[in-house]
Amino acid sequence: MNAFMTGSDALQIVLFLGTVLGLAWPLGTYMARVFSGKPTLIGKILGPVERGLYRIAGVDPSRETDWKGYAVSLLVFNLFAFLFLFLLLLAQGHLPINPEKLPGTSVDLAFNTAGSWLTTTQWQSYAGESTMSYLTDMVGFTAIDFLGTATGLVVLLAFIRGVVRKNAQTIGNFWCDLTRSILYVLLPLSFVLAVLLVSQGVVQNLSPYRTVPLVSPIKDASGKPVTTQTLPMGPAASMVAIKQLGTNGGGFFNVNSAHPFENPTGLSDFLEMVAVLLIPAALCITYGAMVGSRRQGIMILSAMTILYVLALAVMIPAEQAGNPLLSKLGVDQGAHSGLLAQSGGNMEGKEVRFGAVNASLWISAITGTSNGSVNAMIDSFTPLGGLVALALMDLGEVVYGGVGTGVTGMLVFVIVAVFLAGLMVGRTPEYLGKKIEIFEMKMASLAILYMPVLVLLGTAVAVVSKAGIAGIENPGAHGFSEILYAFTSAANNNGSAFGGLSANTPFYNWILGFVLLLGRYLPVVFILAISGSLARKKHVPEGPGTLPTETPLFVSWLLFVILVVAALNFFPALSLGPVVEHLQMLTLAGVH
Amino acid sequence: MAAFWNSLKPAIVLLVAFIFLGGVLYPMAVSGVSRVFFRDKADGSLIRLGTTVVGSRLIGQEFDDPKYFWGRLSATSPPYNGGASSGSNLGPTNPALTDEVRGRIKALKDADPANRAPVPVDLVTSSGSGLDPDISPAAAFYQEGRIARLRSLPRSALHALILRHVERPQGGLFGEPRVNVLELNLALDRISGPSAK
Repeated sequence: MNAFMTGSDALQIVLFLGTVLGLAWPLGTYMARVFSGKPTLIGKILGPVERGLYRIAGVDPSRETDWKGYAVSLLVFNLFAFLFLFLLLLAQGHLPINPEKLPGTSVDLAFNTAGSWLTTTQWQSYAGESTMSYLTDMVGFTAIDFLGTATGLVVLLAFIRGVVRKNAQTIGNFWCDLTRSILYVLLPLSFVLAVLLVSQGVVQNLSPYRTVPLVSPIKDASGKPVTTQTLPMGPAASMVAIKQLGTNGGGFFNVNSAHPFENPTGLSDFLEMVAVLLIPAALCITYGAMVGSRRQGIMILSAMTILYVLALAVMIPAEQAGNPLLSKLGVDQGAHSGLLAQSGGNMEGKEVRFGAVNASLWISAITGTSNGSVNAMIDSFTPLGGLVALALMDLGEVVYGGVGTGVTGMLVFVIVAVFLAGLMVGRTPEYLGKKIEIFEMKMASLAILYMPVLVLLGTAVAVVSKAGIAGIENPGAHGFSEILYAFTSAANNNGSAFGGLSANTPFYNWILGFVLLLGRYLPVVFILAISGSLARKKHVPEGPGTLPTETPLFVSWLLFVILVVAALNFFPALSLGPVVEHLQMLTLAGVH
Repeated sequence: MAAFWNSLKPAIVLLVAFIFLGGVLYPMAVSGVSRVFFRDKADGSLIRLGTTVVGSRLIGQEFDDPKYFWGRLSATSPPYNGGASSGSNLGPTNPALTDEVRGRIKALKDADPANRAPVPVDLVTSSGSGLDPDISPAAAFYQEGRIARLRSLPRSALHALILRHVERPQGGLFGEPRVNVLELNLALDRISGPSAK
């Protein structure tokens, strides 16, 4: 049988989306209970831990702060966490739980990596198995994964209070939001997922790497005989679980979830993919529940899902069709089921157990969210497949988006959409009973525009500097895409890469390190500012002139605004990279 | 500034607490549960012949001897180097990619000149990890004739051997059909003795 994709692949797509949306509802409702301070089962068990933490930290949970106080607490906490990880990376060579005796990193790599982890970017310009000790993997990366994720989540909670409260000065207690996010949401989910992943073969140990004899000895490139193989080990499952759930994406091994010890089976792949979208999708439901209008949450979730399905509709056919240059050489890239089964498609950089369809589902999920983990090498994707990955980030990480930051990112676009609609009919725009005025619009514009500025300026600097060009692996338009991708990934705190770019150089470590830090903390401040301003406003009752924001019509309008903003910002840059390469590929293949 | 000074104590105390909870207690709890229920999996799904470990069923090994089944191309150095996972990162229009594919096709044809079937794509491309333990069933059956001839085995015996090693998607739902190359080659050695070195 020869088909565009196998029936089993089609079923996997439906099952994946169904599972994510099906689980989003109960998890979203649960989180709404947790963050509104209502009793939960887990709350009963872990309540004493929460109260104990407040006691030793000197936190009074009943005391809230205004948006500036909230922002200061958030930034101070993140600064300390950054310093901790930065010093740990420099010092790991002198610390225990390091069976491979790996030395401390360079200063530029420590800066880039510590920033990466705090901002949930996890842009990794090093190879995990040959650079990081088990101690760093655990108390450095795994622990900081929780903190970075919770930082994104609490910003959403603060924003929700801004929408809900009237004539209020305060928007919450940062320490309580942080503690509840980790204790009641992230830790329990990660524990369950980590154990499930070990059941599939993800490694979880502190053993030194193993050396095993090869069944059939080989010769290396210089003709020397090779008779053994190294098997890497480590506490991978506990790190992989939170890296997926927290839209962090930082891999234990160099190739991330393409590594068989990080993602061994079809089921582990499915679980890890569900984990990527789960919390960001569920937070839409949480949002609806907490602002008192479930339809608002469903509106946001629908807009995200439509964009995700659109992305799949381009990426899956592009990857499954394969590379026309290989068809010319007599390679069979078709999808077949039955005896001579093969998933086919563009298999360069992809794993057989996943095939082109699961690779596309994954890469769309991790570029639309700010996750950035990979189960296939994006650098070897077709030009159209790579274009979709770039475009999903260019939308500003709102296709489910990061934990917390996805919904807030979408709400910023909602504010802009409401404002534009208000301009057209000449009415003062309002959203959920709050007037949208000059201050909110300024902050919303800044929260949208900082990203394209960082991406385009950064790319421009890199392509005109020797150190920037030196990192390119692939020639021509694809080389430009590698650099564009790096800055898009850093500014959006994504962390995925066109991996051919040699980015572990002082130039890229420093410049991308600054870009990803700005890419995180600028929007956090803008969004907290909007929240503080909304909280102070009085409630305006809905009138005949109020634009309803939970209708399919508004969803269409919102999508239109998002796509137009991204197209205006990125059309020229994308044209120079993947679009040119696509046309070159067709020419080389003799299609034109 | 008051907000800044007031944040110092909670920031330091909670940072230490969460590093302990998320970086020590949680990984140790996962390790503990794994040791009880999935010890082999947590330790790397090792394949043992008697008491010696000969590999992991999850990490592929390089086979370039035509008497064995060949796996995916590997971009690591040397191929299938478990200490340094890597894809090729070659773009689709990079001439280096087409050169590599051409080279692999030539090697396959040289070892099996009579085989006129189209070459399955996974047999001529590099995996994402450089450690892919699997090939597609199509890629395994493609090599059936060559190995039968070189090992003087009846084709039907090889066909049956491959069929026994085909793994369907998990639960009929998750992932793609595949054949584990290392396990297949170990089984091959069991039915016809190790290939002459």
